[in-house]
Amino acid sequence: MKVAFVGATRGMGRALARALAERGDSVFLLGRDAAELALSARDLEARGPRAPVGHAPLDLGRPAGFTAALDAADRGLGGLDALVVTGGAFGRQEDLAADPARLAALLEVNFTGTVVLCQQAAARLAARGGGLVCAFSSVAGDRARRSNYLYGASKAGLSVFLDGLDLAYRERGVRVLCVKPGFVRTAMTAGLPVPPFAGEPEAVAAAVVRAMDGGRHQLYAPGIWRWIMLVIRALPRAVLRRVQF
Amino acid sequence: MTELPLEEVTGWGRHPVGRGRVDRSDGPGLPAGEDPLVVRGLGRAYGDAAMPAASGGLVVDRTRADRILGFDGDTGRLTCEAGLGLADVLRVFVPRGWFPPVTPGTKFVTVGACVACDVHGKNHHRDGSFGNFLERLVLVTADGRRVECGPARERELFLATVGGMGLTGLIVEVTLKLRRVESPWIVLETVGVDGLETMLAGLKRSADDWPYTVGWIDCLARGREVGRGVLMRGRHATAMEAAGRRRPRGLPLSVPVDAPEWLLNPLFMRWFNYLYYRLHGGTLRRRLVTHERFFYPLDAVGQWNRLYGRRGLLQYQCVLPRAAGAAPLVAILDRLGAAGAASFLAVIKDCGPASDAYLSFPMEGTTLALDLAYRGAPTEALIHELNTVVIAHGGRVYLAKDAVTRPEDFARMMPRLAEWRAVRDRWDPGHRFRSAQSVRLLGDRA
Repeated sequence: MKVAFVGATRGMGRALARALAERGDSVFLLGRDAAELALSARDLEARGPRAPVGHAPLDLGRPAGFTAALDAADRGLGGLDALVVTGGAFGRQEDLAADPARLAALLEVNFTGTVVLCQQAAARLAARGGGLVCAFSSVAGDRARRSNYLYGASKAGLSVFLDGLDLAYRERGVRVLCVKPGFVRTAMTAGLPVPPFAGEPEAVAAAVVRAMDGGRHQLYAPGIWRWIMLVIRALPRAVLRRVQF
Repeated sequence: MTELPLEEVTGWGRHPVGRGRVDRSDGPGLPAGEDPLVVRGLGRAYGDAAMPAASGGLVVDRTRADRILGFDGDTGRLTCEAGLGLADVLRVFVPRGWFPPVTPGTKFVTVGACVACDVHGKNHHRDGSFGNFLERLVLVTADGRRVECGPARERELFLATVGGMGLTGLIVEVTLKLRRVESPWIVLETVGVDGLETMLAGLKRSADDWPYTVGWIDCLARGREVGRGVLMRGRHATAMEAAGRRRPRGLPLSVPVDAPEWLLNPLFMRWFNYLYYRLHGGTLRRRLVTHERFFYPLDAVGQWNRLYGRRGLLQYQCVLPRAAGAAPLVAILDRLGAAGAASFLAVIKDCGPASDAYLSFPMEGTTLALDLAYRGAPTEALIHELNTVVIAHGGRVYLAKDAVTRPEDFARMMPRLAEWRAVRDRWDPGHRFRSAQSVRLLGDRA
């Protein structure tokens, strides 16, 4: 695969980019911080057989720059055939609720920016016969919880979009994979209380690589979260009102 | 930044147990503020080396800073962030024919920790310790500056950092030289030996021809059988020898819960040690094994430290100078046998010359390492007793393992401690980098 990758510098994205690079896929990094991108590019060059690993600026909060970023990735990869977006913003419920500017920025990045980018990439891939769009949503988007519905709302919107994108583009050769991680131990979640069934980024990355090769449109990772969310989605509203999670 | 929650923090031996606020961010620098802090890697130091100085203290975990920053496929020169794990180094570079120049008995350690503990391995008699293969370190010192040091640059800081247990600054970047190997396989020879003299002679004899040597000792054997065990020697197999070999798939084993303390009763341990000796002992055997099996046999069992029960274990590792001869080793093994305290096998290994690093552990002589189930005051008293023997013969203990040694004993073991203190004080006058261990051994404020 020739993958344009948003979010490869940290957390699950770093683990996934490594897994792809180590097995020989070409990766091109997109992101905001050029110095960080350069460091991760060197890491991937050392780990995988493909070098050099290129990078170009992209800010999920600024859709105006997406075309240029995808063009750069296309040039760097000699025609990309996959887009992976693991990047996104995170904020605790109480911080987001107290800071409207921060909330707006989070919605902009997690929803607006990611939707516009994936839509643009899907159209680009369809025009050349097909490809793969893989984006990281979250189990938080499956059902509202009082403790994180703001972040959850951004991911719920993204999940619906990705679901629709898959319906619309599959017959044009573009597969869409929506990854819904449960709690995974990364710098993003550092400092949060660790619930049961927490996952490790490397294990998530391995599962995502398998799903990218297969035909699924949705992946819960770690896998047990599929069943946990099945239960949570089925909880009566009266129960959700009472529990504090 | 939001307040970090308190968590339990303990070494691999699970004694003592402390509490700390663990900062696990992936940034390269120190946390904001002036709080004292301890740097922690993957938590494989047995004792209190990576525990906070005071309960609730700040613990800086930078294992997420684990990027490879450069690799030269001609020379084997690797530059990486210090949080990179040895397991990752092996996974990435062994298939390409490169191996860590020195490796401890577990691959679940960071490169930064290999520097901070100046780890040694089965090749110490030939190659020395990890610090010998370093070309350059980058530290973030107590005042937040990035400082580069190496064998020829800021040499004193370099020598204080190698083996300095993370007390001179946060190690953020490491440049080292990997070793060329032809295959991931090890040619292993094992031979049973009937006593300590035979073991020491066997290690000495093997040292010239074998890059890796080690002995496993039945430490419950007594009298004439003291030191009975199995001598192992290995070398990297050539491509020819390894041709056509497929790596076996091991089952992921793990100890799911704390074992009950009665499991490690003297009878069971005697039986285990004896059986190990009978199975591996006797005639010379030669075979090919994977490097994992040779270097990291215990890594195959996840959470094996739980076998020692809820109260945990102390690992005791000392080194005695060659000139002391076999007598103090016999004294130590006799004492352990009498106490019936030692459990699984003890490891014995001959060391080459000491390094220039002030607090580096190995010295020309023989090192002995063994696990003791922690049973409170009697176990600690036993260690102080063993320390007395070690000090009397000019030896010392390994800080990566230690949890109970007294400060006055430690000072007697480390002839260059004053030099190290002077360098540390120059770079960190307020001792911002401090640990439960540095409070215990060096008199740092808690």
